[in-house]
Amino acid sequence: MYPNEFRYTKDHEWIKLEGDEAVIGITDFAQNQLGDIIYVELPAVGKELAAHQSLGVVESVKSVSDVYAPVAGVITKVNEALATTADLLNKDPHGQGWIIRIKVKDKKELDGLFTAGDYEKFLEGLEH
Amino acid sequence: MKKTRFNELHHKLGGKMIEFVGWEMPVEYSGIIPEHMAVRTKAGLFDVSHMGEILVTGKDALKYVQWLTPNDAGKLVPGQVQYTALMTPESTFVDDMLVYVMGPEEYFLVVNAANDDKDFAWIAGHTKGFAVKVEHQSDVYSQLALQGPLAEKILQPLTDIDLASMKSFHWAKGKVVGKACLVSRTGYTGEDGFEIYTTDPEPQVIWTTLIEKGGPLGLLPIGLGARDTLRLESKLMLYGNDISDKTTVLEADLKWIVKLQKGDFLGRPVIEKQLAEGLTRKLVGFELVEPGVARPHYPVHFKGQKVAEVASGTFSPLLKKSIGLVYLPIDGTAEGTEFEIEIRGRRTKARVIPTPFYKRAKA
Repeated sequence: MYPNEFRYTKDHEWIKLEGDEAVIGITDFAQNQLGDIIYVELPAVGKELAAHQSLGVVESVKSVSDVYAPVAGVITKVNEALATTADLLNKDPHGQGWIIRIKVKDKKELDGLFTAGDYEKFLEGLEH
Repeated sequence: MKKTRFNELHHKLGGKMIEFVGWEMPVEYSGIIPEHMAVRTKAGLFDVSHMGEILVTGKDALKYVQWLTPNDAGKLVPGQVQYTALMTPESTFVDDMLVYVMGPEEYFLVVNAANDDKDFAWIAGHTKGFAVKVEHQSDVYSQLALQGPLAEKILQPLTDIDLASMKSFHWAKGKVVGKACLVSRTGYTGEDGFEIYTTDPEPQVIWTTLIEKGGPLGLLPIGLGARDTLRLESKLMLYGNDISDKTTVLEADLKWIVKLQKGDFLGRPVIEKQLAEGLTRKLVGFELVEPGVARPHYPVHFKGQKVAEVASGTFSPLLKKSIGLVYLPIDGTAEGTEFEIEIRGRRTKARVIPTPFYKRAKA
């Protein structure tokens, strides 16, 4: 379910390192909690993000949630497809439903995040 | 938390349970959008057992209901149902409700779960001078709503009541899946459908049979999430959002439930005054013109001033846009008027549009 090459946060974002850049999205658990996602407020390319800074907003029919940057970086690309097909976040949260790409400021920051195994344990804890 | 008699079944069906005014209720099962669309195109089944039931009986029962409400219950005959309100002397809302005429001296009132105890106290507390008895019956009743274009087709084989001959806003007693029930052609979705009341202590078989027989036809169990989007598309009021003890019946654009010719009733003098002097604000429907979703309590700006907060607001699964209701100053209530809603600090353009947002085609 949760890819081993990703890292994860307590706020249910995933991040996947690709060279000096990284792709960020929300986890399958997050999309399932939110329900039908209908709107994503995307940030501007070039924006500098601190770790834990809000990078955008995901709206489902019933609620609004911030999405936070797992690590610091500069936004190099946003997933424009989400503007018209926000439900990609429900259908393929770990793939086509990616939200942004960033140029990572310090790759070591990723070491402080959950591995897939850590995250799955974390989720088990939430359910009890 | 209070639980309805169907609670275990919701868990079994995978319903996401939340607390709603002290009750553990399902907010969704398969998702708000599929559930919403099932009710609009096929059928949906709701557990609404949290709703309150109050029985008014006695020689003055009609006189008393007439005193408490603005609509004219005097025109009704047994077998009819009427949408009306419990009014304060200021013509604001204690609650909105349905009145079922059971007999010449027997009126069955169905009120919102959030106001159940308050309403009973209000009704029991204003009886001075009226020969009536007021009974709180919420605990003994379970209530299901079967809504959608296929509702009659699904329910008819399971009941001895002739549904085809039951008109909108009428009720009849009979058996549903072998259980004694009261069934009315009413609902909170804007679709055709029925509400099923029973005092049977084990009503679960009604739910499970409707799911089993309706499922192959497209019936889904529906949670509170879709209940809200369905009722808002049809501009049905939600107490606490659209109407409250701070909003008058005329401001809420519910003049159609005010019948002045019936005589005196609580709140009437204020209604007459507002009719003579005109309103300063009114509840109107809007759509967002720019992307986003306007939600309750978001600040509303008109002519450079903050004038209100969004009353109800959601994404409409059917119309696929952000719709809502808001009390605007009277000079902003004309169709087409543009104003702004503040969404996370950003001013977003909205426009007054006609309501209801959705009206079903008459069969």
